[in-house]
Amino acid sequence: MDYGTFQGISTLVVMITFVGIFAWAYSKRRKKQFDEAANLIFSDEEIANQAKDSGEHK
Amino acid sequence: MTHSQPTGADYNYTVVRQFALTTVLWGIVGMSIGVLIAAQLIWPQLNFETPWLTYSRLRPLHTNAVIFAFGTSALFATSYYVVQRTCQTRLFAPKLAAFSFWGWQAIILSAVFTLPLGITSGKEYAELEWPIDIAITIVWISYAIVFFGTIVKRTTSHIYVANWFFGAFIITVAVLHIVNSMAVPVSLFKSYSLYAGAVDAMVQWWYGHNAVGFLLTAGFLGMMYYFVPKQAGRPVYSYRLSIVHFWALIALYIWAGPHHLHYTALPDWTQSLGMVMSLILFAPSWGGMINGIMTLSGAWHKLRTDPVLRFLVVSLSFYGMSTFEGPMMAIKTVNALSHYTDWTVGHVHSGALGWVAMVSIGSLYHLIPVLYGHGRMYSTSLVNIHFWLATIGTVLYIVSMWISGVMQGLMWSAVNSDGTLTYSFVESLEASYPFYIVRFIGGCFFVTGMLLMAYNVFRTVKAPKDSLPSLSEAQA
Repeated sequence: MDYGTFQGISTLVVMITFVGIFAWAYSKRRKKQFDEAANLIFSDEEIANQAKDSGEHK
Repeated sequence: MTHSQPTGADYNYTVVRQFALTTVLWGIVGMSIGVLIAAQLIWPQLNFETPWLTYSRLRPLHTNAVIFAFGTSALFATSYYVVQRTCQTRLFAPKLAAFSFWGWQAIILSAVFTLPLGITSGKEYAELEWPIDIAITIVWISYAIVFFGTIVKRTTSHIYVANWFFGAFIITVAVLHIVNSMAVPVSLFKSYSLYAGAVDAMVQWWYGHNAVGFLLTAGFLGMMYYFVPKQAGRPVYSYRLSIVHFWALIALYIWAGPHHLHYTALPDWTQSLGMVMSLILFAPSWGGMINGIMTLSGAWHKLRTDPVLRFLVVSLSFYGMSTFEGPMMAIKTVNALSHYTDWTVGHVHSGALGWVAMVSIGSLYHLIPVLYGHGRMYSTSLVNIHFWLATIGTVLYIVSMWISGVMQGLMWSAVNSDGTLTYSFVESLEASYPFYIVRFIGGCFFVTGMLLMAYNVFRTVKAPKDSLPSLSEAQA
């Protein structure tokens, strides 16, 4: 395989990988999981607040 | 919602507190040295004819102090905090975490002694000599074990995106540091690079630009992905975008280094490759910026009352600005004007002060009350004053360097009709003096803000329990 062919193939591989990542990230099936993940920063607070609320009635 | 209560004994906050407080300390030290060397460029007598106070020795001390002492301490603090809170588990290997703190401080102190003594390997942003390089490797590996160990023992199913950025930063910095620090020691304090000539230059700037890309960008994007949504009280604008721009960013940054070596002995094709990769890098950089800023959509009113959020959003604006400026400066024809001028210095500081420092300061103002069991900082108005000092200081700095840099570029390339240079170097230096004074003033603004922060942090840490309720609690 000459260098030009190698460059062509590697460009294609990188392009397909990018489109693959894009399709994976934007697939409908992933939406719910990503929403959960995005809310991870608040979820440990809820645990703490529940513990606090059940302890001292506000 | 915006001000979280600590969950108490669940998390290891000791090491986070230590790194958070040393961030403020090293910020003041590193930026003050910066102001001193900025003053030396106006009044050269300020080196007091003392070798270890000369510009040549203090400049690497300034860069090491702000990048590796201030910036990296901020990354240690926030990554140890974020990984625990988003994985909902205690830090893995607490003794190793403590070792990473004391080890890192020892490395900073060794830099504080060796650099003014003139002990240097001569590689920009990697000046520390080989025994310290080995120590850095050991501390960094322990950092990686603590961080990834915590991710392994997480109780959540997802790994939150901030941890992806922190993880990429930790792994890549390890690889960069080890490859670039390969050297042949000739004595305890002197070594020579394993590489030679153009290869050495390329390895150096592969390291140098990825220190920007992974330490000063990916690491701080990790910080951004936790603290911006948290402070705004709403999840990140697009989690999907965060995944796509993460992979695009880390795949592209690695190739951008050659733009530091335009018009040098580096082969032309390598320079062009670096230029093209730098231009494409604009897209994932702005992906992160847009994702951060759009997180505020529907919550813009919070900017009116919350100076912490203001710090975070303005840092993203500076990030967007400098990641537009960077690709532009990487274009060879633009670089022909900008290279070796103050424009480069201005560009670095729009990233370093505007993005890195301001996102760290904003994150610390969120973090410190939580770490010490308070609802807010001791004084919100001092945070607000700090915000304006930092913003005005940064703008004074970068605008003066833009003008000075473009002027230098034009003066250096001006030729008379017979082909001789129109201006001598000293003439361009004299023309830069007024702008050096403006830069010095901008630096003073920024350091003053950091001193106010130190006072505010001190009062917050010392405040009695329940004396600083969050705004929402005070109204309830």
